[in-house]
Amino acid sequence: MFFTSEIFIIFLAAVFVGYYTVFRRWQWQFLLAANFVFYALSDAGNLVYIAAAIVTTYFASRRMARLNAELESWAAANPGAAKAETRERRAAVKAKRRVWLVLCLIVNLSALAVVKYAGFAIATANGVRAAFGAEPFQMIDFVLPMGISFFTFQSLGYIIDAYRGKAAKGESFFRLAAFVSFFPQLIQGPISRYSDLSGTLFAPHAFSPEDFREGLFRALCGFFKKLVVADRLFAAIRALTADPAEYPGVYVLVAMIAYAVTLYCDFTGGIDIAIGVARALGVRVAENFNRPFYSVSIADYWRRWHITMGTWFRDYLFYPLSLSKPTQKLLKLTKKTFGPKLGMRVPVYISTAFVWFATGLWHGASWNFIAWGVANGLVIIISQELSPVFAVVTKRFGLGSRTWWTAFRVVRTFWLMSFLRSFDIYANVGATFRAYVSVFSGFGASVARLSAEGLAALGLYTADYVVVGVSVALMALGGHLIHARGFRVSNLPFAGRFALFAAVCLAIVVFGAYGFGYDANQFIYNRF
Amino acid sequence: MIVRRIAAWIAASALSVGAFLAIQNLLVPKYMSGIYEGALIGEYYAEPRGHDIVFIGDCEVYETVSPVTLWEEYGITSYIRGGPQQLIWHSYYLLKDALKYEKPRVAVFNILSMQYDEPQSEAYNRLNLDGMRLSPEKLEAASVGAMPGESALSYAFPILRFHDRWSELTDDDFTYYASRRHVSVNGYVMRADIKPVGRIPEGRKLADYSFGDKAMEYLDKMRELCEENGVELMLMKAPTIWPHWYDQWEEQTLAYAEKYGLIYVNLLADAEKAGIDFATDTYDAGLHTNVYGAEKCASYLGQIMRDSYGLPDRRGEPETAALWAGKTDYYNKLKSVQEKEFAETGKISTLVLGE
Repeated sequence: MFFTSEIFIIFLAAVFVGYYTVFRRWQWQFLLAANFVFYALSDAGNLVYIAAAIVTTYFASRRMARLNAELESWAAANPGAAKAETRERRAAVKAKRRVWLVLCLIVNLSALAVVKYAGFAIATANGVRAAFGAEPFQMIDFVLPMGISFFTFQSLGYIIDAYRGKAAKGESFFRLAAFVSFFPQLIQGPISRYSDLSGTLFAPHAFSPEDFREGLFRALCGFFKKLVVADRLFAAIRALTADPAEYPGVYVLVAMIAYAVTLYCDFTGGIDIAIGVARALGVRVAENFNRPFYSVSIADYWRRWHITMGTWFRDYLFYPLSLSKPTQKLLKLTKKTFGPKLGMRVPVYISTAFVWFATGLWHGASWNFIAWGVANGLVIIISQELSPVFAVVTKRFGLGSRTWWTAFRVVRTFWLMSFLRSFDIYANVGATFRAYVSVFSGFGASVARLSAEGLAALGLYTADYVVVGVSVALMALGGHLIHARGFRVSNLPFAGRFALFAAVCLAIVVFGAYGFGYDANQFIYNRF
Repeated sequence: MIVRRIAAWIAASALSVGAFLAIQNLLVPKYMSGIYEGALIGEYYAEPRGHDIVFIGDCEVYETVSPVTLWEEYGITSYIRGGPQQLIWHSYYLLKDALKYEKPRVAVFNILSMQYDEPQSEAYNRLNLDGMRLSPEKLEAASVGAMPGESALSYAFPILRFHDRWSELTDDDFTYYASRRHVSVNGYVMRADIKPVGRIPEGRKLADYSFGDKAMEYLDKMRELCEENGVELMLMKAPTIWPHWYDQWEEQTLAYAEKYGLIYVNLLADAEKAGIDFATDTYDAGLHTNVYGAEKCASYLGQIMRDSYGLPDRRGEPETAALWAGKTDYYNKLKSVQEKEFAETGKISTLVLGE
């Protein structure tokens, strides 16, 4: 079920009515039922995967909780136990908990690996076998269960927190199920933590006109971004990137800008719908973006874009990896070999590279995403290495407080990210590099062609570009009003509020790219 | 306080809905030039009720029978709820819709669309259903005949389909914003030009000549609907050379008519008896009859209907006669204009008077 489908709107209306009609103490149970109805309506054949993630996570967390309880009982019954014995028992319990953690990780990651990466792995292996003249393996095509990357990560976050003793004690199976399957964020995030979401997810909510209004308006803005801008620009991006030889040079840059706008509107649009719907239900979901196009560096960008994914990888992969025994051993070795300064950085960079490789792989089973992830990691490491030079230059010329310098850094980051993002839109890594090369080799001729033909050949009319331009300007204005002026729709008088809602609804209905004759574009992040 | 708040909500909602409907009305196609056929279905609602006959079916039906001839020669009142490539489920729901407004003595279904068992095109779905008033029948018809990717909801709110016309609005959209003119005479679309039948193409061989299950299901439904409403169902095949009418289709139609005691008139087989001359009575080499052919068909069918169903001659009813006098006058004027145009230029461009 796409967020932009008619059935979703009907489903949502039914959920709102039901949620605020049932007894408040039953609201989250109602949501749990709604979550599974949502999943069943969207991808009934793959319900088993989300059910398995919930059951295995619950089972492992219960085993850990029982081990903890046994340890506490023993400690209570033996207050005078020797420290050594207590330490020994704790270590034994921790080892057992680790077994349950690893088992849970293996089961869930295996499911993810098989359905998401088996085809890619076999295709890669077949490529290698073909080079040696060997017979190819038979391809296995799995249909990717909806939202598997997201619900798997939420489950794993929960079980890792449970292992670390951070999860709430004695959570019920149904609460865990409601958390993992919470429908607004099920298919493209944000990737929530149990500790963040549970407070409002399980609390009883009286109908709050303000929450409902703010949530609904946020969701409407999401529909606007997705339907009016993102889906309109897809046609041009398809045309521009189908064959880099046909659209080289400046067209590659046009494709990069178009894709930056499209991806932003598509992904933040989906997240706005998710957060808005949740807010209308009284549930607060973590923000996933913080004006990423204002970033002054790649590291800054990744603190502002897909924030919940970034923090997930940081907390559940980067830190454990950096603090693991092998890395600590490596640290000692590199310090000894390269000296304390560089030696300190080498293991961090290795962890960084691994995390970005994993991030690329998480985004999709293709070399494009792996190359994208590795390239991101590489740019971050290089930036980190060059940061002392930048600091000296900035200080020497007093650039830190200059607006134009900040603007330059913002533009530079935008283009750098746009180049990296190109791996996502061209057919393969080779095509992406050919597109890069053409920016420098075929620029003049392509500019002449663009001047002569304009952008009309890309499947969009002038009116479409006007709509996109005006929409982007409105979004920028809206962003400014919200962040700089603290604008909230609830602060408007009744007439202004109503007019704003009606205007946004009408704009979506009239200017949206949807309906018969349009390709139904699912959200880009649904694929992940 | 609460009363004021409720009043504000009602006023704001009414304003919003009004704006929505106003914009929707601007954006939907008016079918007032170019593709006139899209306006045919909607015209029905502006007509006085009480027709003796309602015709339903595809383009053959709105080009084959002249309601004015039926009136002039027999005093029979009729209306054609035909549409381009109207499929049998469209016909069924259009008839069901018509039966909410009137109970004709006879419903005549042009049988050619029995060859289709699946939706054919979104454009033709639109031309046949956009003009229907919003009703359960309309939504059912949209749902049953939807092409992949088509949404029944967009028939209730056509702005969902035509929203992107904002960048291609024409003068028609403003001229006919509030009211639209009639493009037919009781559903009949006049053509007074002539293009004789030249070559008669062979029908290509089909893998299966049986009418499809869905087509048969809707024929049964149509018959049952007529029985429930006390309306006689008559089957008809227009006298057109192409698309090919296979013997196997004819046999199945005859068998069905015989089984249920329906009258079936094949005007293609009876062309000679009806006086149809394929050198002069078609405007597109045999695909459709022109006004001369339509008048002959009406004359032939009228006799059968009067004899078989005992339809009364209403020419003595003053109110009805006055109404039909106006229609006849318009019909004759349009015919004269088209005849003159065709004589002078070899083609016609005036399909509606007042262009």
